[in-house]
Amino acid sequence: MSDTPNLVTGDLEAPTIEAPHDASPPIESDSADRRRRVHDVWVAGTEEPEWVRQATDEGAQELLPDADEPALATQRGVVVSDDYVVDDDVDEEERQIINMGPQHPSTHGVLRLQLELEGETIRRVKPIIGYLHTGMEKTAETLTWLQGPTNVTRMDYLSPFHNELAYSLAVEQLLDVDIPPRAQAIRILMSELNRVSSHLLFLATQGMDIGAVSMMIYGWREREVCLAFFEKVTGLRMNHNYIRPGGVAADLPDGWEDDVEELLSVVPAGVSEYEELLNENPIFLDRTQGVGVITPEECKALGVTGPTARASGIDWDLRKVFPYSGIDAYEFDVPVGKHGDVFDRYIVRVKEVGQSLRIVRQVLETMPAGDYRTEDRKVTPPPRKRIDESMEALIHHFKIFTEGFKVSPGEVYQAVESPRGELGMYVVSTGGARPWRVHVRAPSFAHVQALPVMMTDSLVADIVATLASTDPVLGDVDR
Amino acid sequence: MTDQPAEPTPDDAAAEAVHLPVPDDPILAGLAGAFPSVEFVSFSPAAGPQQDIAHVPAAVYPEFVAAARDSGFDAFVDLCGVDYLRRDPRFEIVVNLLSHERRQRLRIRVGVPGDVVASITQVFEGASFYEREAYDLFGIRFSGHPDLTRILLPDEWEGYPLRKDYSVGSVPVQFKEAHQAT
Amino acid sequence: MAGQTTPPGMLVTTLEKGVNWARTRSMWPAAFGLACCAIEMMATGAAHHDLSRFGMEIFRASPRQADLMIVAGRVSQKMAPVLRQVYDQMSEPKWVISMGACASTGGMFNNYALVQGVDQVVPVDIYVPGCPPGPQSLMHGILTLHDKIMTGEIRRETGLTKTA
Repeated sequence: MSDTPNLVTGDLEAPTIEAPHDASPPIESDSADRRRRVHDVWVAGTEEPEWVRQATDEGAQELLPDADEPALATQRGVVVSDDYVVDDDVDEEERQIINMGPQHPSTHGVLRLQLELEGETIRRVKPIIGYLHTGMEKTAETLTWLQGPTNVTRMDYLSPFHNELAYSLAVEQLLDVDIPPRAQAIRILMSELNRVSSHLLFLATQGMDIGAVSMMIYGWREREVCLAFFEKVTGLRMNHNYIRPGGVAADLPDGWEDDVEELLSVVPAGVSEYEELLNENPIFLDRTQGVGVITPEECKALGVTGPTARASGIDWDLRKVFPYSGIDAYEFDVPVGKHGDVFDRYIVRVKEVGQSLRIVRQVLETMPAGDYRTEDRKVTPPPRKRIDESMEALIHHFKIFTEGFKVSPGEVYQAVESPRGELGMYVVSTGGARPWRVHVRAPSFAHVQALPVMMTDSLVADIVATLASTDPVLGDVDR
Repeated sequence: MTDQPAEPTPDDAAAEAVHLPVPDDPILAGLAGAFPSVEFVSFSPAAGPQQDIAHVPAAVYPEFVAAARDSGFDAFVDLCGVDYLRRDPRFEIVVNLLSHERRQRLRIRVGVPGDVVASITQVFEGASFYEREAYDLFGIRFSGHPDLTRILLPDEWEGYPLRKDYSVGSVPVQFKEAHQAT
Repeated sequence: MAGQTTPPGMLVTTLEKGVNWARTRSMWPAAFGLACCAIEMMATGAAHHDLSRFGMEIFRASPRQADLMIVAGRVSQKMAPVLRQVYDQMSEPKWVISMGACASTGGMFNNYALVQGVDQVVPVDIYVPGCPPGPQSLMHGILTLHDKIMTGEIRRETGLTKTA
């Protein structure tokens, strides 16, 4: 608590918990002695053993000075000490293997963990995945380039815009089309709002898994505002298929500025309420600080990216390093933690919500006018009423929606910064109307692989906290 | 490469290997010097960062990855398999590495001779799950992998679904009045 | 109590109605959220679209304590035996809602990896279409199930109210 995460956006006070300054003065001894002597007179003559008298008389139950101060401090929650001692000399037969999942309320989907336990300590963890394998990479080879986002968006279903964005950017690299600035700004607006809604869900599930069940209801409150906006713009609350190669599917509706303004006032109020509830809560701190630690070297070797890596101290955000879709025009900071534990990951994500709203405000103020998709008619379908007027428009529409446009041969890897980490698409094209290979580099796949590193030699109760803090989405892991 | 004799002799093959274009980037040039059989290709698409690709023969693949890691590409990003059906070698492994300090990506493409290739789990621990996935979906075996079992599909599954000669497995959709259509 | 040969009389009908009423009024769902539909199921349970008004806000972790299994999401081949095992662990009377396109028919993923419709594994009472179905659609499905139980269209024989 005295060593708190070192934040790049260090304009907020680091939460600390101060020990109470005035300890209660010791009880006066003479009055206690007097009471003890009275008690002695009363029990004199009975057969009560000495130890009973010592334990139960009024004098013995008074607060003793100073000697118990550390124990009292622990009880009060001021000093947190992990007094659980792990014995290394317990023999192997005491280990048992416990299966957690795949149907489990706290595994964030259908993740199965095989735990080898020694008492309450975890010795080995084996994640078993594949219970949500959907064959998306195979399905992607049967869909046209324009249909690709429908498939890919259901992969990381908590941040569907990012899946679509990565796919569209990869395809556009091969297509070599110019995306108009309004389309780029709309893409950033939707994907940053998606980051906000995904992190709100993280708050909800993290809180619920640790035991703060009210967080589950609170997190959904602000998320509903975001989802209502998504429904207004794209037609769907989730899995939108809105960001397509060539631009976006439709322009923003009239009055979107008012909706975003309302969002920008409602969401920060809610998030600051949750920070007030959790940031200095001793139970929350006790359960999250020092738990599930991963070092930066381990992150790099295992492929851990995103808020999990940033909480370990790696200052890496793809939006800053390899900017895409015009995001370098907006000012924002990247929160970086220090300890790599659950609490740092929580703080990093909460701060990221604030930064994403900052980007949204800048997009709101500087949204350029213009086209919402590229003019190239071989890639984006013509407007509907043109189809009645022009034969060429009809032919373009027909070809795009039946055969699909062709993409020049090549291979490309394009990554975006999703709320979970580096979400990459490796696309191989052989010049046809359908991709030859689409491989999705899913961030949660590497995080689930890194779970044994974070969980070994910790307690069973820490499994759920650690798992929730890495924020895995099993659609991402299994594809 | 300007003057070539009509029939390449073994000496000429060695001379040809030296003539592979050396990349401009100093780190990649260093790797190219240490591994003369690796071909480096760079291209800059109009709308995206530069892509550096190394075509690595399978014989030097794990050593090359270790050398890349030691020369700065120490963040493991991705490993996947690709099935180029009518090409020899049929399968290819694509490894994606990243250097945080130099803000650079490196893509390593390895043609798989037959269907066995070395594993790089000794170099990057994170390759473990990715190699299992490539084995599960393509049937590419990684020698030296600690636990090469199926990861996404049930253990008793037969066949490797992402191969091009494996059908997508779609079930024909049944319509209610279908039998009445003539 | 109704026996097997008792003709339907007023007492039996009222009892059956009462039992049906009780069954619908606090039908506890088993948590079987798989994919995107699970998120919408959680949204239905959250404060904005409140499932608690129907007595259904607690998603029981253990299937033994649940009456309703909402299969929310795509069921892969690896998950199908798990689904069946969870269904078998539920005690009668139990109902199944297949939520979403993937659970009902395999959805847009007509391929090797998914079970094309969860009714190949468990008997389904209500199919809720959508990808994902919004909370209103899911609630409509749940309330339709309640209506069907109330009118007796979906019966579950448990020995107490055996029908002739």
